[in-house]
Amino acid sequence: MDAIKRQNVGAMRRDPNAKIKVEFDRAPLSQRLKAKYLSLFFLKKVVWYIFRLILLIGIAYIVLFPFITQIAGSFMSPEDFVDVTVLIIPKHFTLDTYTAIFNESNYTEAFLNTLILSVSCAVLQTFACALVAYGIAKFKFKGAKVIFALVLLTMIIPHQTLYSAIFGFFTSFDIRDPISTVLGGKGLFEFIGGLFNSQDTVGGMILIDTYMPLIILSLFGLAFKNGLYIFLLRQFFRGVPDELEESAYIDGSGTFKTFFKIILPLSVPMLITVFLFAFSWQWTDTFYANMFFKGDSTKLLPFIVKNIPETLRKKSEAYLAGQNLYFSAIRNTCGIMIIAPLVIVYVFCQKYLVQGIERSGLTAD
Amino acid sequence: MTNAQNGVTIKNTPRKKRGKASSLDRRKSRSGWLFVLPFIIGFVFIYFPMLFSSLKLTFVQADGVVGFQNYHDALFAVKVNNSTFLQVLVEGLGQMIFDIPAIIIFSLFMAILLNQKMAGRALFRAIFFVPVILSTGIMEQISAQNAISDAVGEGMNTGAEEENASSQIVSSLDIATLFANMKIGTGLADLVSEWINNIFNIVNRSGVQMLIFLAGLQSISPAIYESCQIDGASAWETFWKITFPMISPMILVNAVYTVIDSFTGESNLVMSFINSSGAMITEGVRSAMAWMYFLVVILIVLAVAGICSVFVFYQRRND
Repeated sequence: MDAIKRQNVGAMRRDPNAKIKVEFDRAPLSQRLKAKYLSLFFLKKVVWYIFRLILLIGIAYIVLFPFITQIAGSFMSPEDFVDVTVLIIPKHFTLDTYTAIFNESNYTEAFLNTLILSVSCAVLQTFACALVAYGIAKFKFKGAKVIFALVLLTMIIPHQTLYSAIFGFFTSFDIRDPISTVLGGKGLFEFIGGLFNSQDTVGGMILIDTYMPLIILSLFGLAFKNGLYIFLLRQFFRGVPDELEESAYIDGSGTFKTFFKIILPLSVPMLITVFLFAFSWQWTDTFYANMFFKGDSTKLLPFIVKNIPETLRKKSEAYLAGQNLYFSAIRNTCGIMIIAPLVIVYVFCQKYLVQGIERSGLTAD
Repeated sequence: MTNAQNGVTIKNTPRKKRGKASSLDRRKSRSGWLFVLPFIIGFVFIYFPMLFSSLKLTFVQADGVVGFQNYHDALFAVKVNNSTFLQVLVEGLGQMIFDIPAIIIFSLFMAILLNQKMAGRALFRAIFFVPVILSTGIMEQISAQNAISDAVGEGMNTGAEEENASSQIVSSLDIATLFANMKIGTGLADLVSEWINNIFNIVNRSGVQMLIFLAGLQSISPAIYESCQIDGASAWETFWKITFPMISPMILVNAVYTVIDSFTGESNLVMSFINSSGAMITEGVRSAMAWMYFLVVILIVLAVAGICSVFVFYQRRND
């Protein structure tokens, strides 16, 4: 007995991870299995497990069903829409819908434009929101609460309410204009504004049909749902212990250096979450795209839905009865082609989506 | 002389210290202002002028200032599809009252399910957050467009009804036959198929809420659950005594978020009424409607927040 003990201690000294093995008088295997698997506790567990699995699969089905039908429809030829027996699996498999949209709707150009716009907007929004959220979360200054209330206000007022105001603002964008609106025509920055606007027209610059309106809105944290991002990031930063920053201050780093060198690297999952939201919501956005890109000069992805490609229209004329459904399927195919790049981004980023918010220790106070 | 000097030095040291401390605070608060500066600039120079001009627009017609005429028109004169703004507003709010508790209960339930340890949890999570990323903007618009063209197709009676049913999750025909076999009235069948298709709507709109609830659940210490289990509490008791109080702040956040989200959604009845074009709807009238709607929703948000905050339990923290 003593020898075994000594041996064990010796083993532990040699390898701290080694387990101490102690022999018990164990019950026979059949009895052990009986106790484990023939109890009410186990039965309950199994029933709950099966119930949960069925429920989750059912709801996953509800979530994915529209995508399944859309993908199925995108491979159908017009014949299939007249045929009543075709539901999900097409009889006349074709890739014509994809190739026609790709060739006739300037897909590549639209894709590149949307990519540039979405990436720049998402980066700016993530950065601006992180700055503002950090300021609100970590610095106790007079008015921090007021500013947070204003952030919530921008979240509550939908941009649809301000439609004509936003449009008007950017059709006659003038560095003097906001001031003169507030002060009743007396531009405080009139002189400085004159220096800036070289191609000044009577009503200021027309920024419609450029990326500038969305860039400007993103830069100041006023774009779509930025209130939500600021809120999420604020909760995250509040969870970061103050001691981290204090030790950085003691080591002589300033607030901005601390923010960039300590806080930002720490909050990468949350930043990716916000970036993912900003990117994908900008990617699929139609409200701002319709507002800021009135002319057809700038091709964006959401616009490819507007037209049915000519070859497909011709093809469908033989099957008039199914034409409506066929056109729906074409629109759905456009949708699939719009979100396909997003799906790829999502597959790579989704693990951060939960991680970022999980680690935030989000509380509502 | 020396005494007086001593007195001065003694007096000076603490004052100096205090001065230094306050200047550090001031410096910190100044950099706080620097951090929020982008938002302040944006708010003062972009957002506030927009708000102001939008509000100003509600008092203006093409021929000059008209006072509250726009509001009067918006409430009583304008009609789209034979219904006034007031009717649509009441209908939309009624829908909201049904939807919001449904979304919150559903997302809380799903968050609790997805928080449990099981095989394939990551996969299910990934699937349930798909609508957050993909079912916005253009996809919403496409499905709305398709619904319109489907309705037209049905009107033309092209015999495409069968196909049509496949675009719904559960076709009402199937349910009707099921209920006919069970000898239950067709009214109920319609109701059930409407509910089931509503589930899709609710699942689609509860992604962000699920995420927020999941985060809230993660922040509850497992030690509390463990001690509950040791004391012999059932799962039901654990939910109502531990999970629910601890998650209640999140319920408040989600309630407010859901109200705002369903208020600004494109599929919202009132929103589509405001955005619809008609002979009577000028920019002024549209802005007036939007502002009235906004005020109503602010009131609802405050009411919801008030009701929820009665039940909210805040954990006492040591910090």
